[in-house]
Amino acid sequence: MKHFDVVVVGGGHAGCEALHAACRYGLKAALVTLDKTTVGVMSCNPAIGGLGKGHLVREIDALDGIMGTAADMSGIQFRLLNRSKGPAVQGPRTQSDRKLYLEAIQLLFEKQDFITIVGEASALLSSKGVVTGVQLSDGSEVLASAVILTAGTFMRGTIHIGDKRVSAGRMGEGAADKLSVQMESLGATFGRLKTGTPPRLNGDTIDWQQLEIQPADECPVMLSFLSSTPTVRQVGCGITHTNAATHDIIRENIGRSAMYGGHIEGIGPRYCPSIEDKIIRFSDKTSHQIFLEPEGLSTNCVYPNGISTSLPEDVQYKYVRSIVGLEGVEVLQPGYAIEYDFLNPQGLSSDLESSLLGGLFLAGQINGTTGYEEAAAQGLVAAIGVAKKLKAVEPIRFDRSTSYIGVMIDDLTTRGATEPYRMFTSRAEFRLKLRADNADQRLTEQGYRSGCVSSGRYNSFLKKVDQLNICRGALSKMAVSPNQARVAGIELGLDGRRRNGHELLAIPGVSTKHLLALEPALRDCEPSSLTQAAREALYVTYIERQGRDIEALARDLNIDIPVEFEYRGVSGLSSEMISKLSLARPRSLGAAKNIEGITPAALTAVLLRLKSHKLKKAI
Amino acid sequence: MDTIFAQATAHGRAGVSIVRLSGPQAFDISSQFCDRPAVGKTGLRAIRASDGSLVDRAVVLCFEAGASFTGERVVEFHVHGGLATVARLLSELSKCDKCRLAEPGEFTRRALENGQLDLNQVEALADLIDAETESQRQQAIRVLDGSFGDVGAVWRANLLRAAALLEASIDFSDEEIPSDLYLEVADLVGQTQISISTILERSVIASKIRSGFVVAIVGLPNVGKSTLLNAIAGRQAAITSDVAGTTRDVIEVRVDLMGLAVTFLDTAGLRKSEDDIENLGISMAYSRANEADIRLFLVDSIDETLPLIARPDDFVVLSKADERLSCELSVSGKTGLGVSNLLQLISDKLMQKTPTDVVAIRERQVVGLRAASVVLTRTLELIDQKPLPFELACQELYFALSELDFVFGKIDIESVLDEIFSSFCLGK
Repeated sequence: MKHFDVVVVGGGHAGCEALHAACRYGLKAALVTLDKTTVGVMSCNPAIGGLGKGHLVREIDALDGIMGTAADMSGIQFRLLNRSKGPAVQGPRTQSDRKLYLEAIQLLFEKQDFITIVGEASALLSSKGVVTGVQLSDGSEVLASAVILTAGTFMRGTIHIGDKRVSAGRMGEGAADKLSVQMESLGATFGRLKTGTPPRLNGDTIDWQQLEIQPADECPVMLSFLSSTPTVRQVGCGITHTNAATHDIIRENIGRSAMYGGHIEGIGPRYCPSIEDKIIRFSDKTSHQIFLEPEGLSTNCVYPNGISTSLPEDVQYKYVRSIVGLEGVEVLQPGYAIEYDFLNPQGLSSDLESSLLGGLFLAGQINGTTGYEEAAAQGLVAAIGVAKKLKAVEPIRFDRSTSYIGVMIDDLTTRGATEPYRMFTSRAEFRLKLRADNADQRLTEQGYRSGCVSSGRYNSFLKKVDQLNICRGALSKMAVSPNQARVAGIELGLDGRRRNGHELLAIPGVSTKHLLALEPALRDCEPSSLTQAAREALYVTYIERQGRDIEALARDLNIDIPVEFEYRGVSGLSSEMISKLSLARPRSLGAAKNIEGITPAALTAVLLRLKSHKLKKAI
Repeated sequence: MDTIFAQATAHGRAGVSIVRLSGPQAFDISSQFCDRPAVGKTGLRAIRASDGSLVDRAVVLCFEAGASFTGERVVEFHVHGGLATVARLLSELSKCDKCRLAEPGEFTRRALENGQLDLNQVEALADLIDAETESQRQQAIRVLDGSFGDVGAVWRANLLRAAALLEASIDFSDEEIPSDLYLEVADLVGQTQISISTILERSVIASKIRSGFVVAIVGLPNVGKSTLLNAIAGRQAAITSDVAGTTRDVIEVRVDLMGLAVTFLDTAGLRKSEDDIENLGISMAYSRANEADIRLFLVDSIDETLPLIARPDDFVVLSKADERLSCELSVSGKTGLGVSNLLQLISDKLMQKTPTDVVAIRERQVVGLRAASVVLTRTLELIDQKPLPFELACQELYFALSELDFVFGKIDIESVLDEIFSSFCLGK
């Protein structure tokens, strides 16, 4: 029987990214999936990217992952979110044609060498605490040195529509209950989470004339660093709103909702509430916005973003038709809520290796996250972890201060998940530094040395860096007096100080246009490099100040921690950090900093306590 | 964790002395010496040594974990205050397993570690124990009582909400977020900035209350400065004589002036002298007079030119009141005439300056608040800009919050998200 390096269980976004990365590392890989035709399917909303999420896609792309490319190949409405705000908080996003996305993923796998096995993984095989493969429900075995489990919503998945409940992983697909039971026998303790999806509508029966249309951006920003323009036709989305009648219908039938009827115990995400939740929790709001997103160019199916629900079908039909533009709409598939098993990710290693079995890696919704992008990023991290373990490749460091992926992994492994975890830019304390535009500058070099980035991508990255350096050099050489700056239209006090290009770009309102007027040499720079240099200049003082905070902390890093120091009871330390620190017993704050998962805030808490120790002499 | 014990009252002979025992074994250990009263009950108990002999009859009090000063189980023995009685009880306790004499301040440290007190309260407790005057006591008890922490909690809540509003505008810009949120942000940040500035202004005086105000007596030689100082001190603190230039060094007398700690300075008479040592004293007199909160100019005649420019808080006082009839403010150190009137006037003036509200006392607090105030001023400037640089204003707020963390404790992004989610209906 063939023995694999790694077997990936599940072909969703986490599974696809894990499998593709394993192939890039040259690992002998197998995919176990329930259905070959749904590998890479978008099971919920037909969009990739957004705020925080777009950052994750760019980071995956910087490491040569496939999500960004597939999104660009299938994108039908590219929009840069927060375009009017600063570059650090801009997030690229696109609606994708559901069918084209699936095809793009499958195309991207064509050149990769791996084996697909259709079946249901029903048990993990192990020997002496180390995973040895998976067993399928037909009794056959797939042997491997590592397993990446990306079960999505399939483990004990239960779909709720009103008081109807069906065991299913997605609408029309069976759940995977056996694996949950077997993993419990290994000592796993599952929690339950919930997510929901709205009814799907027939676009031909929507009265688009009545609706406001949100068009795609005129200058589309792509998800992948390697793409330049959309390849398919761009379309708009309709916008409509719920109204008093909609709310009345929902309120009258609230007891029949699976959620409010007490059928669901799982915890749902606060930022993606069902329409029932919105109306009950924010009862003073008389209307909620709905985006009508076409699911593709060759389908009439429309995804009404904003009204996910677990109400019975008849109520769904009624409330949908109370909405402007949807008076005569046909519902193609009812909305539903789905509950599924997840494992608290606290205690996973930073490679997402489980403490349950050596060589078992977990990624995606099983770790309590929600979202395609979050799942894909974890799949990638898990595959890198497998390559590290089996081939001793150079590791890639995912820190809070260098990547959104690092923020997510740290959040998951140190704080755990109490509701489905989604990325936001506000989760990244070094947000000004971790931009979507510089994900490649942060990660591609490391990825190339580790072995998951192709030489093609690496060379194109090096070219970008070369151009950027030329541009930075030209900016550094500038020495503009306040008078010269005023001539170019930059308001400056006459302080007699000459400024270089970087300093000028840091002044609010100064753009690359002003600089081109001042320095002819800049015209030889690539416009994209100049824009990139301008983005860097904008935040440089803030990033330095943040750096000083870290430095101030670093000064304290030499402070000794007494051997008997008691971490228990230090306010601000999570129980996870307390056990990590108590176990490691670092001798100084500096040593504590190097312990995996210890955050600056935790160090500050320890520092405060250390200082308060000195107080005892004063009292 | 060890169980610790120590004498909680002052050393020496006393009617009653209290020995405190704190830690997980406190109840078990005390049961070895007496029939331990139940929690919340007091009991007069015979305290018996390990050999069964009677040590003392004492009132014994027990506190359950979470309901004691340290947050641990605590037992108090109120014994007769003889030196030998206390010594014998301490020696008996030290024989018990996992039980040792507390290090200095260890009870308080445990209270801090168990969250019974925060860092500000611990400092305030030290101040309270050190308090010599009524105003020092009032100031310390306000912080110990948690009112400084309460003000800090309001600031943090305000800034947290402001950050949440900005973050909502960033992370949920695609949803129905009102576009005028910046007005509330400006309001929250502005209020907080003003409140912090106010407390900072008061903190200057607050530190005076801790360390004491300084009143310098200045004037020409032989005008009676030392005599006045002695009258204030109620003792012979400075040498007096008819010889001009007797006082050369600066002599300090610390008094409790109606609840305020005040240091009076007697300084060398201000004149041109041939004597090098006297000249040193004179220049020191000038410099200390400059730093003083109040200067008392003691003069022979009301028309005299003052050696320094008088400030609004200063007093000009005629000397040797016993030798003249005057309706001006006058005083005689020799007979004490006018001294208590003068002291009343000084204390009234200082009282006006004394805040009756919450203040930051410690240098650590003042440094943190000053930094936060600077950052908030910058934040307000950013909020005023069009278009509003959301991510920069947010970053400034986090800088400000981290300065406040330095003073009060920590905060994290989950609290910001909680605030966002409880305020807005989000999710398409």
